[in-house]
Amino acid sequence: MDDNLKKWLPWIAVAAVALIVIVVIAVNSGGDDEAATTTTAGTETTTSAGDTTTTAAPDETTTTAAPDEKPEAGPLGAVEVAPGEEIQIRSLQAITGDVAFLGIPNLRGTELAIADYGQIKGHSVGLGTPLDDLCLAEGGAAAGQTIASDEKVIGTIGTSCSGAAVPASKLISESGGVLISPSNTSPSLTSDLVGNAGNDYNPGYYRTAHNDLYQGAAMAEFVFNELGFTTAAAIHDGDPYTDGLATAFKNAYEALGGEVVVYTAVGKEDTDMTGVLTEVAAASPQALFFPIFPPAGNNIAIQSKTVDGFDSIQLIAADGLLVDNFMELKESEGMYFSGPNLDYGSNASEIGTTAADFLAAYDAAYGEAPTASFWAHSYDATVLLLSAIDEVSVELSDGTLFIDRQALRDQLTATSSFGGIIGTLSCDAFGDCGAQRVSVVLHTDSTDIAAGKTNNVFEFSPNG
Amino acid sequence: MTTTAQSPARTFKFSWTDSFLWAIRVMAIFVIVWGFVGAIALGVEGNGLSLEAWKQLFIAGVANGSMYGLLALGYSMVYGVLGFINFAHGEVFMVGAIVGFYAANALFDAGIWESNFILSILIVLVVAMASSTLTAVLIEKIAYRPLRDAPRLIPLITSIGISFFIQNAVALLVGPAVKTYPAVPTWLSDPINVFGFRVPGTVVLVLVLALISMVGLWLFVERSTTGRAMRAVAEDKEIAALMGINVDKVIVTTFAVGGAMAGVAALLWALMFRGVSFIIGFLPGIKAFTAAVLGGIGNLVGAMLGGILLGLFEGLGPNIVLRGLSWQIPVAFAVVLLIVGLAAVIGGHNTKRTGVVVLGAAAVLMAITGFAGFTIVIPGLSQLKDVVAFTALILVLIFKPAGLFGERLSKEDRA
Repeated sequence: MDDNLKKWLPWIAVAAVALIVIVVIAVNSGGDDEAATTTTAGTETTTSAGDTTTTAAPDETTTTAAPDEKPEAGPLGAVEVAPGEEIQIRSLQAITGDVAFLGIPNLRGTELAIADYGQIKGHSVGLGTPLDDLCLAEGGAAAGQTIASDEKVIGTIGTSCSGAAVPASKLISESGGVLISPSNTSPSLTSDLVGNAGNDYNPGYYRTAHNDLYQGAAMAEFVFNELGFTTAAAIHDGDPYTDGLATAFKNAYEALGGEVVVYTAVGKEDTDMTGVLTEVAAASPQALFFPIFPPAGNNIAIQSKTVDGFDSIQLIAADGLLVDNFMELKESEGMYFSGPNLDYGSNASEIGTTAADFLAAYDAAYGEAPTASFWAHSYDATVLLLSAIDEVSVELSDGTLFIDRQALRDQLTATSSFGGIIGTLSCDAFGDCGAQRVSVVLHTDSTDIAAGKTNNVFEFSPNG
Repeated sequence: MTTTAQSPARTFKFSWTDSFLWAIRVMAIFVIVWGFVGAIALGVEGNGLSLEAWKQLFIAGVANGSMYGLLALGYSMVYGVLGFINFAHGEVFMVGAIVGFYAANALFDAGIWESNFILSILIVLVVAMASSTLTAVLIEKIAYRPLRDAPRLIPLITSIGISFFIQNAVALLVGPAVKTYPAVPTWLSDPINVFGFRVPGTVVLVLVLALISMVGLWLFVERSTTGRAMRAVAEDKEIAALMGINVDKVIVTTFAVGGAMAGVAALLWALMFRGVSFIIGFLPGIKAFTAAVLGGIGNLVGAMLGGILLGLFEGLGPNIVLRGLSWQIPVAFAVVLLIVGLAAVIGGHNTKRTGVVVLGAAAVLMAITGFAGFTIVIPGLSQLKDVVAFTALILVLIFKPAGLFGERLSKEDRA
C-alpha cells in the first residue's frame, strides 16, 4: 500500500494543485458575468442575464425590453454600468521610487476630485487600485495592458511621465479607452501645435498639462531676452519628456538668435558627471539648461561646483527638478526652474473648487502640502473626465448607465471654455486641453522650498 | 644537383572565427589610432579640450578607478580562494554606503560634522567598514558556506540571488529615494594645487585613502601570517588544510578583508558623489568585476591597477578616442599611410609577422577613410563612457586573454 502511494504521490500532488488553480480561476471569473456586460471594439458579442443582445458593427440593436431604449453603441463600443455598480475609472501615476514626489500628488488630486464631484446619475465613481507607471516605458506598458484588458474601465487619469505615456496611450487608445494626463508635457504625445500629430499621438489621449513646445519657448525667451545670454548648453536624459523639452528649447532659442553650444545627454542613473560637465565647461556657455529628474539632476548640480569653469554658468532646470529632494540641496540655490504657472489666483473649477479650497482639503486629508506642481492639473483632468461622462452617459429605464466610448471622446475633444483651477480648459484636435501657462521661478533659499516654487520671475501665457 | 630547400607548403586552414578575430584586431587598432591621433590633432587645432579639462578628466578617472580597484580586490580575493565570482560584493559596498549615511547624518545633526570633520570622517569610515565587513561575513556564513562542496556554478547563482535580495531588502527598509550625505566643509572641498594638478581637496583625500588601503592590504597579504595562509589556501585548499591551516577561518578572513575594502570604497563614493541609494552597488559591482578580470583574475596587484586603468578608460576614453573620430584624416597623410600600410602588409606577410600585417591593414584602412573624407561625429560623447569601458575590457581580453597582469588561479583551476 505504501509503495503504491509513493508511486502515485507526485501525480496526486499535481492533480491537487491543478484543482486549486481551476477553483481559484472559476471563483474569480464568476464575478464578471454578473450584471455588467460590455462590448468591445467590433469583435465580440456578449449576452447578459437580461436577454439583451447587441452586435458591434452592424446597425441593428434589438432588445426584448422596452423598444428603442438602449442607444446604439458606436464603433468603439460602450460601457454599461449596472444599477448599484460603480463607474470605473483608473489612476496611472508614478507612485513609487524617485519620482513618487510627482505621482502621489497627482493621484491624490484625482481622489479629491472624485470625492468633490460626487455621483454621476446615481452611480458612484470607483477608482480601483492605483496603478504605477514607474516613470518608465515598461511601467506604462504593463499598466496600460491592465487597463486595456479591463472592459469596465471607461477612462484613466495618467500618466505622470511622458515616457510611460508612449506605450500606455497606444494600448488604451486601441482598446477604446480615454487617457487624460495631468503632467505629460512631451510634444510627441499630442502635436507640434501647427496641425501635425506627434509621433506618439493616439486618439483618446488628452492632457491638462502644457505642451513642452510652450515650455521650451518660454525658457528660450527668458534666457535670451530676460537674462540676455546668447550662448547656452542643454542636457537631457534620453526620455521623451526631457529630450522633447531640450529640443523645444534649442529650436526656440536658435530661432531667437541664440546658440546652443553643447547639446548632450546623460543616463538617468549616471553618478559620475565629470565627463559631461567638463565637455560643457569647455564650450563656455552662459547657461546650462538641464530639464531632467533626480538623481541625475542632483549629481549634475552637486558636481558642477567642483568642475572648473562652472562659476560663470547659470544653472537652469525644469519641473522635473521642482521637487523637494532636489530643492533642499544647497547647490540648487540661485537656479531658475521652468514649470507650470502655479499662480492660480481665484480660478475656480467647473464645480466651484478654488486652489485654496483644494490645498486646504489636501492638507486635511493627507497631512502635508503637495510635493510637486501638477496637483491642480490632476484635479481638473478628473473633473473634466467626470463631467464628460456625465454629459454623454444615458440612463436606461432599468437604472443601467450606458456610456458610449466614442461619444465620450467626442465630448472631450469638443471641450471649450471649461473652468479649471489652472485656468480655462479648451481642447484642440490632438488632445492639448491645458491653459498653457508656463512660468520661470527663481529658487534662492534651500530651507524654504515653498517660496522657491512660487517665486515667479517670468510668465509666459501664449493663450492670454 | 641540389635544390634550395623550400619551406614545406603550409596547409592554410581558413576559419571564419579566426578571420573574424583578426578583423576585430585590425578594426580596433584602426579606431583607436585614428581617434587618438585625431584627438591630438583637434587639440592642436584648438577644437579639442583644454589642458585643464584633460587634467580634470585624468584625476577624476584615477579617483573613480581607485574606487573600482578597492571593490575589485574583493572580487579577486574571493575568486582566488573559492573559485567563484561573488556578485553580491557590489551590495556589500552599498550597505556600507547606506549605513555610513545614517552615521554621517547623525553626526551632522549633532553638529560634530562641521566642528570636528576629521573625527566625523573617521567615525563614518569605521561605521562603513564595519557594516560592509559584517555583511560580507554574514553572506559567507549563510549563503556560501553550505555550498562549499557544490559545483562552482551553484554559489555563483546564489550570489546573484543574494545580490537582488539585499538590494530589495535595503529598498524596503530605508526607501528607494536617494539619500544625500551632508556637504564636505569648504576648507576641504576647495581646490588644491598638487603636482601641477588643480584638484578639489576631497579628491586628494579620496586618492590618499585609497592608496593607504591598497598598500595596507598588500602588506597584509604579503607579509603577515594570515596573509600567507590566505595565499596558501588560494594556491591549494587541500594541501593548506593538511599543513594545519584552518581553511574555514581563512575564508571568513578573506571575505572580511574584502568587505573592509568595500567599506572604504563606500566612503570614497560618499565623498565624491554624496548621493546613495539601494541601487548604487549594481553598476560599480559590474565594473569592479570587469576591472578584476582586466588586471588578471586572482591577482591582487592586477585588481588594483585594473581598477585604476578602467577608471581612466572610462574618464578619458570618450574624449581621447571617440572625439578624435570626427577629425578628417588629411589626404597627404593618407597617402603616406597607404604606402607604409601596404609595405607593412606585404612585408609582414612575407616574414610571417602577423603583428606587422595587422598594423599595416589598420594603416590602409585609415588611408581609405582619409581619401573618402569620412568622419564619425558622435553627439553627446559622455553618454558612451560605459561603452568605452566595457569595450576596453573586451579588447584587452581579445589581445591578452589572461588579463593585463596575468591570472592567479588555484591549482585545481590551472590543471
